[in-house]
Amino acid sequence: MAVHSERVQTRSPESGKADMAATEQIAPPTAGGTPTNGRPTAGPRLLTRIAPYLLLLPAVLATLFLLGYPLLKTVLVSFQNLNSRQLVQHLTEWNGFENYTDQLSNGEFWHTTGRSVAFTVVNVVLIMVGGTLVGLLLNRLGKWMRLFLSASLILAWAMPIVASTTVYTWLFDQKYGVVNWLLDKLGFHGMLDYNWFSDQYSTFFVIILLIVWGSIPFVAFNMYAGLTTIPTELYEAARMDGAGSLKIFSSVIFPSLKPFFLATTFLEVIWVFKAFTQVFAMNMGGPQRLTETLPVYAFIEGVSNNHYGTGSAIAVLTILMLGALMAYYFRIILKQEDEL
Amino acid sequence: MRRSIIGRSWPNAIAVVLFVFFIFPVYWMVSTAFKQNTDIISKTPVFVPLNGTLEHFDRAVHADGFWTMVGNSFVVTVGAVLASLVIATLASFAVARMKFRGRKTFVLVIMAAQMAPWEVMTISVYLIARDNDMLNSLLPLTIFYMMMVLPFTIWTLRGFIAAVPKELEESAMVDGCTRVQAFVKVVFPLLAPGLMSTSLFGFITAWNEYPLVLILNKQGGQTLPLWLTGFRSAFGDDWGATMAASSLFAVPVLVLFVFLQRKAVGGMTAGAVKG
Repeated sequence: MAVHSERVQTRSPESGKADMAATEQIAPPTAGGTPTNGRPTAGPRLLTRIAPYLLLLPAVLATLFLLGYPLLKTVLVSFQNLNSRQLVQHLTEWNGFENYTDQLSNGEFWHTTGRSVAFTVVNVVLIMVGGTLVGLLLNRLGKWMRLFLSASLILAWAMPIVASTTVYTWLFDQKYGVVNWLLDKLGFHGMLDYNWFSDQYSTFFVIILLIVWGSIPFVAFNMYAGLTTIPTELYEAARMDGAGSLKIFSSVIFPSLKPFFLATTFLEVIWVFKAFTQVFAMNMGGPQRLTETLPVYAFIEGVSNNHYGTGSAIAVLTILMLGALMAYYFRIILKQEDEL
Repeated sequence: MRRSIIGRSWPNAIAVVLFVFFIFPVYWMVSTAFKQNTDIISKTPVFVPLNGTLEHFDRAVHADGFWTMVGNSFVVTVGAVLASLVIATLASFAVARMKFRGRKTFVLVIMAAQMAPWEVMTISVYLIARDNDMLNSLLPLTIFYMMMVLPFTIWTLRGFIAAVPKELEESAMVDGCTRVQAFVKVVFPLLAPGLMSTSLFGFITAWNEYPLVLILNKQGGQTLPLWLTGFRSAFGDDWGATMAASSLFAVPVLVLFVFLQRKAVGGMTAGAVKG
């Protein structure tokens, strides 16, 4: 069950040894992937040698042309003065680093970057803490209760983002939204007829709630899957030594699942940092462009305001920040994963 | 005694609260879609639509261009998923079963590509599509959606192929099959669940995609996410019709997901957490 063992990257020492033994068993026939009957003809040998490259060819070509080329194009355009006039007349006007110096000396850009970072930190902390707690809870529940909670988590997870964004605007609707009604009933009478989308922070509140709601299930299910791989003897031993719940978490669960925490945290950071649909479809970066995060800022500057060069420069700067995060993530992954 | 009952019941109590928190938006979407208008815009929300109506669905379905967009969404999504499955099956077989130079590099590129910042690459994709005279067409959407789901598809299928015991393939080859025959007759049938769960996630990604279609197809070739986000402004405060539209958009995905959930969770985590 390789797939199963891949769920989380925590293997107890025993299972790790078993895996290695298994690989060793299979290893001899694998070597080189060549037929072992030692046929002398060059034809099949050559074919066997280039077979993997032939199989990879479509994927490599697709990646080069459909991912590599747009990336390159983004970089190229970021060095151009490309507004609606140049766009319509198909002009190429190079302007060196002007788009970059404009952005880097622009308060708006740094504001948006700071906002993006804060937005990401708040989201990821809530997602990781919430997801971990829900995962721990899933592990404690009885069979039926667990099924019950899992069902609702799966629905939240599977809900298409565009649909859930629309639903959240309805939940937080000023006049007939159920949230305002509930707050009023709970005694916050000032919240009746409150317009959530008229203020920067309350708009962010709704967006963050939406993202956290949609992201917790993934973390929780992974956490739960990871918890089931921890041998129960470890808990019992810790409990016999008089450890409380917190102590058990910090000295049994966390060390065993540390790779899981690191990997998931970075994935969430990357996902949230480049989130576009939730922010844009909720309130288009408003009110007064105060909820624009970097991807939304790039889109509005580039597409809505017809400054394609500027938008691309913002995109490149965003990609560089994501690249730094990804490099760190890969270092973590590669350290724990000798066989890729 | 009493203490232990409380000790045992607090997890259940929290579970109930969380259940409501996670399911409520979905429930509210579907229930609003079935409510009479008077119940939707009442000062006290109606939580259970006892006298339901289908008029909102009627309005959503008869909105301008609805069926065209349903068709567009299906063509683009199914095309992207099928194309990426074909390309990914070839590539992931090589990665899972063969040793060759550059294998590790390829895997790293795929892992990075899985996190590609498509959200900020829309401008260049727009310029590329425009220079090739392919704005408002389904073709660029299909091929770029294919690329969006390809890395994940390769990564997940790689896991599923690696899970098929090598001995099966080898014994087929001992019995006289070629390597291709061994793959088609032995490995491929065993991959069916893997292919299903992988295509489910590809389907969701492509079905959901919003930023790219927003910039590429303003006049034609629009898909359902555009219809849904435009619906709110087009229909003003008609929340019944908007929620009916959201339900129509979400229900296919929710149903697929619940059915394929068990395998899907394994597939998703195998693909995502590992990279």
